[in-house]
Amino acid sequence: MLETALKGSKRYWILVLALFGLHGIGATAFLYQLSKGLTVTGMSRDVSWGIYIAQFTFLVGVAASAVMVVLPYYLHNVKEFGKITILGEFLAVAAVNMCLMFILVDLGKPMRMLNVILHPTPNSILFWDMVVLNGYLFLNIIIGWVVLSAERKQVEPPKWVKPLIYLSIPWAVSIHTVTAFLYAGLPGRHFWLTAIMAARFLGSAFAAGPALLILLCLIVRKVSKFDPGKEAIQKVANIVLYAMIISIFFVLLEIFTAFYSQIPGHMHGFVYTFVGLHGHGNLVPWTWAFAIMAVVATLMLLCPPLRKNETTLAISCLLVFFSLWIEKGITLVITGFIPNPLETITEYVPTLPELAITVGVWATGFLILTILYKIAVSVKEEIAS
Amino acid sequence: MERSRRSFLKILGISTLGLGTLSSVDLLAKVGKGEPVYNQTPDALVGKRWALVVDVNKLDEEATEKAIEACHQVHNVPEYEGEEEIKWIWTDKYEHVFPGQEHAYLAGEIEEKPFLVLCNHCANPPCCRVCPTKATWQRADGIVMMDQHRCIGCRYCMAGCPYGARSFNWKDPKTTYWKEHEPPNRTYPIRGKGVVEKCNLCAERLAKGQIPACVEAVKDSKAIVFGDLEDPNSEARELLHEHFAIRRKPELGTNPNVYYIV
Repeated sequence: MLETALKGSKRYWILVLALFGLHGIGATAFLYQLSKGLTVTGMSRDVSWGIYIAQFTFLVGVAASAVMVVLPYYLHNVKEFGKITILGEFLAVAAVNMCLMFILVDLGKPMRMLNVILHPTPNSILFWDMVVLNGYLFLNIIIGWVVLSAERKQVEPPKWVKPLIYLSIPWAVSIHTVTAFLYAGLPGRHFWLTAIMAARFLGSAFAAGPALLILLCLIVRKVSKFDPGKEAIQKVANIVLYAMIISIFFVLLEIFTAFYSQIPGHMHGFVYTFVGLHGHGNLVPWTWAFAIMAVVATLMLLCPPLRKNETTLAISCLLVFFSLWIEKGITLVITGFIPNPLETITEYVPTLPELAITVGVWATGFLILTILYKIAVSVKEEIAS
Repeated sequence: MERSRRSFLKILGISTLGLGTLSSVDLLAKVGKGEPVYNQTPDALVGKRWALVVDVNKLDEEATEKAIEACHQVHNVPEYEGEEEIKWIWTDKYEHVFPGQEHAYLAGEIEEKPFLVLCNHCANPPCCRVCPTKATWQRADGIVMMDQHRCIGCRYCMAGCPYGARSFNWKDPKTTYWKEHEPPNRTYPIRGKGVVEKCNLCAERLAKGQIPACVEAVKDSKAIVFGDLEDPNSEARELLHEHFAIRRKPELGTNPNVYYIV
């Protein structure tokens, strides 16, 4: 099937080359970071994780969200999703690849990366994150590829793949739960020390990921002869809506506990992100952008005519995606370090090389996604003709 | 039988000491379950739960500086300014060291005084719990160690430490700071870029029978006392018995081994 990725329209090749170019810029910046050390980033002794780990956290959610089309199709026989499960699975593959790349570029000694396997440490959540992420990557590559190959040959997929599909459902939940545990189990980081962290992560993942999937479906329909189906898109939109409401509810729960209890450590993080703390407020505009976009998107999705119209639906999905990208891909991780354990504030602003690497990883992920989607769409077109 | 084993160990100890002085790299030997520890000389200080007791009243500003200076000299700690600072032992205000314990009517003396802070060598260390490679681990005597040759630089331990006791080598000290300065201690390795470091309670000195450098620097005033808390006759235990002492963030359950007499 790989050969279908080698034949494409001019537009396809322009996209591939553009993404490859951005990948090149990121790779160059990464070589610069390798030679100078992580000093080229905006991270510091106090804010020791920055945009790389934040992107990783957000993208684990995008990866996990494939389950939102796989589960209804395989467990509840929602037929409409039959056409798009492959898009969900390939999106998961691209997202997990980005996650792994973001971890790699964040390491001070990336050449020692295999120490995580050479010296396995079950008490470390990071060890388990490595296990579940790699497992999820292979599950989705195998399932996606095998099912698509069978579809191309117009035969039923082999029986052995069914157990893997069922396994991938709880596995998707596990990757985001384990990622939440990276944060939720640290003493002294009040902003992260919350039992609903994993639930919050899953809630926002099941809104942001499917929102991206809707946008991708709309693009696929526009540029190819493959139509994912209006019904399927509407069903995913319902999932986005419910998940978005749950996500906002979870954030409000956090705010209630912090401010009704009046415990300073629990309030500091929220004060810092929403209004600024002791004159420091780099994230304030971002947080309000998140809050406003999230509320507007939810109201738009709640309104049936706006949800059923695919243009306004696309706008809602963009708002959902970017609001949750801010929440999980910027503010959640950085605010955890502010104030620091000695109650002082060091702010964080990513540097140019850091942003170049970040864009490079995203571009590489979208390059993988483009190629995988090209294969999937070519197969679908082939069958239709 | 007993005697011959003892003498064998003695010879072994002396010979490893001889080897150990050849180069700093040889200081790390693989023993037991493959965990590297410093080769113990026959004079090595051994304990079950090492701790420091800081007597804040005795520790004036001059003594504090002497303690910090001694540590930085012994461990080749580069003196960076600002956000990339490497800190093994440093000072901060009471309200930052004991957040939540401060109040508006705090005695002026306490409010202004610089408090000495360092790794607490917690009995229940979160940093060791989160490390994905066992690059940071706890010895049987309670010292929380750091292996800069295994560390992958993920900085999870820095997120895990509730005391801000860990520093990361954002730049390469070899090609930056130590290019312009002579490392003061040729027997202790300087670090490369991309690894985490912190106070090691002078494990390399204990192996030679020496007390930690910060303790030695102020030993006349006994402002910092080093001792084994499992030994009821140790000086540290006596001090804690006689004085009221507090620890940093005890509510987190980390069980710190640095005590402050205030």
